[in-house]
Amino acid sequence: MTGVLTDTASGYQDPNSNAEEPFLTVENLTVQFPTYDGLVQAVTDLSYTVRMGQTLGIVGESGSGKSVSSMAVLGLHDVKRSRMTGSIRVGGTEVIGASESNLRRIRGNDVAMIFQDPLTALHPFYTIGRQITEAYRLHNKVSRSVAKKRAVEMLDRVGIPQPDRRVDDYPHQFSGGMRQRAMIAMSLVNNPRLLIADEPTTALDVTVQAQILDLIQDLQKEFGSAVVMITHDLGVIAEIADDVLVMYAGRCVEKGPCKQILTHPEMPYTWGLLGSIADVVGDVSKPLIPIPGTPPSLLNPPTGCAFNPRCPHKDKVPAGRCENELPELRQGRYKDHFLRCHLSDPDQVFESEVKEVVM
Amino acid sequence: MTEQGTTAGPPLLEVTDLVKHFPVKSSGVIRRTIGQVQAVDGVSFSISKGTSLGLVGESGCGKTTTGRVITRLYDPTSGSMKFEGNELATLSRKDMMPYRREIQLIFQDPYSSLNPRHTVGTIVGAPMAIHKTMPKGKILPRVQELLETVGLNPEHYNRFPHEFSGGQRQRIGVARALAVNPRLIVCDEPVSALDVSVQAQILNLLKDLQQEFGLTYVFIAHDLNVVRHISDRVMVMYLGHAVEVATRDELYLEPKHPYTGALLSAVPIPDPSKGRARAKVVLEGDVPNPINPPSACWFHPRCPRFVEGHCDVETPPLYSFGRDHHAACHYPLEHWPMTPEEMSRPGARAAPEDAG
Repeated sequence: MTGVLTDTASGYQDPNSNAEEPFLTVENLTVQFPTYDGLVQAVTDLSYTVRMGQTLGIVGESGSGKSVSSMAVLGLHDVKRSRMTGSIRVGGTEVIGASESNLRRIRGNDVAMIFQDPLTALHPFYTIGRQITEAYRLHNKVSRSVAKKRAVEMLDRVGIPQPDRRVDDYPHQFSGGMRQRAMIAMSLVNNPRLLIADEPTTALDVTVQAQILDLIQDLQKEFGSAVVMITHDLGVIAEIADDVLVMYAGRCVEKGPCKQILTHPEMPYTWGLLGSIADVVGDVSKPLIPIPGTPPSLLNPPTGCAFNPRCPHKDKVPAGRCENELPELRQGRYKDHFLRCHLSDPDQVFESEVKEVVM
Repeated sequence: MTEQGTTAGPPLLEVTDLVKHFPVKSSGVIRRTIGQVQAVDGVSFSISKGTSLGLVGESGCGKTTTGRVITRLYDPTSGSMKFEGNELATLSRKDMMPYRREIQLIFQDPYSSLNPRHTVGTIVGAPMAIHKTMPKGKILPRVQELLETVGLNPEHYNRFPHEFSGGQRQRIGVARALAVNPRLIVCDEPVSALDVSVQAQILNLLKDLQQEFGLTYVFIAHDLNVVRHISDRVMVMYLGHAVEVATRDELYLEPKHPYTGALLSAVPIPDPSKGRARAKVVLEGDVPNPINPPSACWFHPRCPRFVEGHCDVETPPLYSFGRDHHAACHYPLEHWPMTPEEMSRPGARAAPEDAG
């Protein structure tokens, strides 16, 4: 079974495949949607890279631009209804401005996506097997029967019992966890180099969530693919990610290695996120510290630092700076650690005020 | 506040052997009943005044059905529900009315639970108008007072739900539940549709209101972290049964039922050094179909410490483990945390004389 899985069925061989070379490079990505109410600035000036075998976690609240930015990687935004600038390179190929036929070659082959809600992402009229074989035959010239065999193998690989029978079932005959597995099987059928998982476990129970996260990690180890995990759950990030990127109002506000970001963050929004999650191991007598207010509208985001209306540490910065001046993404205290904040010594504020409350 | 759960006065609500089955009908002209979805199958619990009981479990375990039966949105198939000693299960619609004022609900989805064509004033004022607890002229000032209590601008009574964000809508839902001064509020997944930063706001609000008005909560959620923060006692449900009931600290620190253990170990911890180090107990498969539940112990097909010939033959009673801690397992967990290997080795049998 694994023999078929590990050969590169697509025939794709990256000539400059170098472990150090990032497979996905996003540079200064800006995505905007013109609407009747004005221009929605969904993603602004976002840059990140993901190497093969590495997992990047993107965290943020709803409307922070995390899904929009990763859909751009697959070229899923309608060019007529969106404005995209910047650069997205997948294995050396530029995605922005690429023709639809080139995009089709990338989609499902080099890059695959797992969506949040498997029930709406699977077609209710077609059997699971038909949907998986469709994805396979689009990129490989094989007969139906070969493709179906491959579909059965994939279902088996993701842990669906009796795959040879279930392959002819319809999505509604699967439970939530099994549907998500079928989605993963579909996305992995072409051995993609990059897997984008958009809230893959949000609609699932914790026990099933643990199964799915294990599965994604196992498959990543087996195929050495790069993974972008989008979620609002810092717990999931802690389990699976190597690097973390925190998004707020369409911008990256902090990024760095997972361990440092979750144990020693330096940006007030990340502090707020950590302080507001109810924790299964922490002290319960401590009240949760919510972030006051609500995420801003991206139609007219706040001037200066987008987080300034909700930031409790604004008074430590010379007056007016947070409101008027956009903080640059600057080097944090660790290697590869960047943050966007005007606080002159965020580390000191964290140690003295935030650490004991949040951690 | 931890001790309230066990010692505070007589129970406000006492539920005994609650059963709710939904008939499954055949297709065709004569729609015969061909089966029963055993959504809730013999659940007993009690809640003291001013405390919170958390109901947790995977989807399909019957926690929402339990909440809806308590509020009599569903009629129970059998069993008894005593609210301050008065039996609710058999009351007629008319006789139930005064109790509906005492028991209110907060719903999961703040988008579909507020009528989009009504103003906030109408929505929050509706319970008062229905139960006639306020003369018409006094409803508006009371609505404004309630909006202020839940942290909204009282001047916004004239706005429509779409003008509010998710968290604010959930606050409107809370204000509506508070409108008729209820004593028991059933919160059905009140924060699961909200962003994390806003979840904490609503959880803190619910806690503050509980202290201020002495409210009693039945808090239904699938998120164990959230339940831990708000509950004094927690009941874990599986396939329509209570598999473990305990005070919060006991349940999270010394779980006895393997299902509780599996749930706890599956919760991701937002600290990479703690989270990745621990060995997780990953359950195989899915929750079985409640139309045709497994024999004896409902959990045995997925249980890591399943003993053949016992667990699938003899239904475990709720064994007692110290004061106010019960779990329905023949081979309870000896300690916690546990590695998957320890978990899969059934230890000593629960002492039957402790059954209670």
